[in-house]
Amino acid sequence: MLKAEWIEQAAYEAHRLAATTHPPDVQAALARSLERETNELPKFVMKAIVDNSRVAREDQRPICADVGVLRVFVVAGNEAAVDGGFVALEQAIRCATVRITKDLALRSNRVHPISRANPGNNLGVFAPNIDYRFEPDADWVELVAVHKGGAFGSDFRMMVDGDGLNGVRKGLVDAIAEFVRRGLTCPPVIIGVGIGGTKDQAFSIAKQAAVLRPIGDRHPEPGIAALEDELFELANSLGLGAMGYPGTGGYALDVHVEIAYTHSALTPLGIHQLCQAARRGVVRIHRDGTIEPRSAPAWFSDHHRRAGV
Amino acid sequence: MNTYHLQIPLTEDAVRRLRIGDVVFLNGKVHTGRALVYQRVLEQGHPMPIDLAKVSNVQMHAAPAGQEEEPGRYRISSIQATASFRYGRWVPEYIRRFGIRAIIGKGGMDGAIYRDTFASTGTVFLTTVGYGIAALYGRGVEGVDAVYWKDELGLPEAMWVISTRDFGPFIVDGDCTGASLSEQATAAVNPKFAEAYAGMQQHVLKRMGEITQDLEQEVIAGNAGEKPPKG
Repeated sequence: MLKAEWIEQAAYEAHRLAATTHPPDVQAALARSLERETNELPKFVMKAIVDNSRVAREDQRPICADVGVLRVFVVAGNEAAVDGGFVALEQAIRCATVRITKDLALRSNRVHPISRANPGNNLGVFAPNIDYRFEPDADWVELVAVHKGGAFGSDFRMMVDGDGLNGVRKGLVDAIAEFVRRGLTCPPVIIGVGIGGTKDQAFSIAKQAAVLRPIGDRHPEPGIAALEDELFELANSLGLGAMGYPGTGGYALDVHVEIAYTHSALTPLGIHQLCQAARRGVVRIHRDGTIEPRSAPAWFSDHHRRAGV
Repeated sequence: MNTYHLQIPLTEDAVRRLRIGDVVFLNGKVHTGRALVYQRVLEQGHPMPIDLAKVSNVQMHAAPAGQEEEPGRYRISSIQATASFRYGRWVPEYIRRFGIRAIIGKGGMDGAIYRDTFASTGTVFLTTVGYGIAALYGRGVEGVDAVYWKDELGLPEAMWVISTRDFGPFIVDGDCTGASLSEQATAAVNPKFAEAYAGMQQHVLKRMGEITQDLEQEVIAGNAGEKPPKG
């Protein structure tokens, strides 16, 4: 039985990691981008980005002052039991969100959408978002805190059966062209592409592909993995560096594609871009009370994707 | 890329020497403001509580990561700018009314503002670097002098006046000659986009606001100097 206090401690730690510590795959990718860059201006920028990453860890300051909209993805083992149930787990996540907001002096970023009233603690109606999925043959619970802005870089369009792969490629270049001018997407970015499913699903799996898969990860279906490679190359063929300045460092740190079986006549396409302040913190709570920080989330699995049809 | 360390209040001479692509570090008092601050002073007519021209002629489009530790005592952990294009309708009047010499923002503003306002007033646009190096900028904040209109606007949107030291680096995006680094960058990468688009069919189903082959058109249209849509 997992105790609610362990959950709160884990949620706090996941938020702390997300806010202050780039995941190891992102740190490595930013360093590679700096290495690749040869133009003076974007090189200066990349160096500042890498310095900022170190300072955030050293000083325990938020990597980005726009702390985004705090949210938590929960991977729950099918055999995991929480003392007080999952209502207690949600309460623990909400308490941890309030505490981390105070302790790290995060921006109170959640406001009423009409009145703009700010409760000051990053809680509110439907806030923080908590999303679940369940994993068989596991008795642990994993919390993935994600802090992401959200004004720019996301795109949705309904493709029809005549658009095909060309529609995906053009959709990607459109999403980059729309937002890279003036660097609104804060490149270098991790791009998530969702193809198929229902409309809302295409948008959701695109977001999850951007924020919940480590750099270098490839989709298990070989054709989709090849598409990820192709789109990665396409995104980096545009002569862009950090902040969208002309450069050689590359626009994308990676491109992740998720697919879902969809309507026979239609293909919804969702695209999300996760900025260089790519913030996720992963902590797993084991049955014996061990709280284990992890480098990458276990969100996507064969079971979750219902692989094999 | 020349590097300058400048003292606030900025002098007109110091600002007019800057050119796009230069790197600037600041010392002195910077004040924050986003849409709600502009609305409050320019549309609702509330008086500005301090003499900005004398004390803090640098405005930052920012809502800091910061909290009130105890009544009247504030801490900023990280700070950076928010996308500035959306303040285009207020910035020229704000600069003229309060004697602003530098706007610290994100992504630059419409080049028309640089040409029409900055050139005559002696003002520059300084963009934050990387758009998200807020921890590094947080180190440059020595303290919070005052937070105005916290109850009316909420803590993030309030006007913060902060003391800074070696606050930077910032890159000059718009200078007093009216030049725009963003416009140059867009012009430089557009041919690559044209190559990528070559041979791509349009989507069968059109959508409002999509980029077609018109690379001059930006998603952020709708500011001062707005160009009519083409095509």
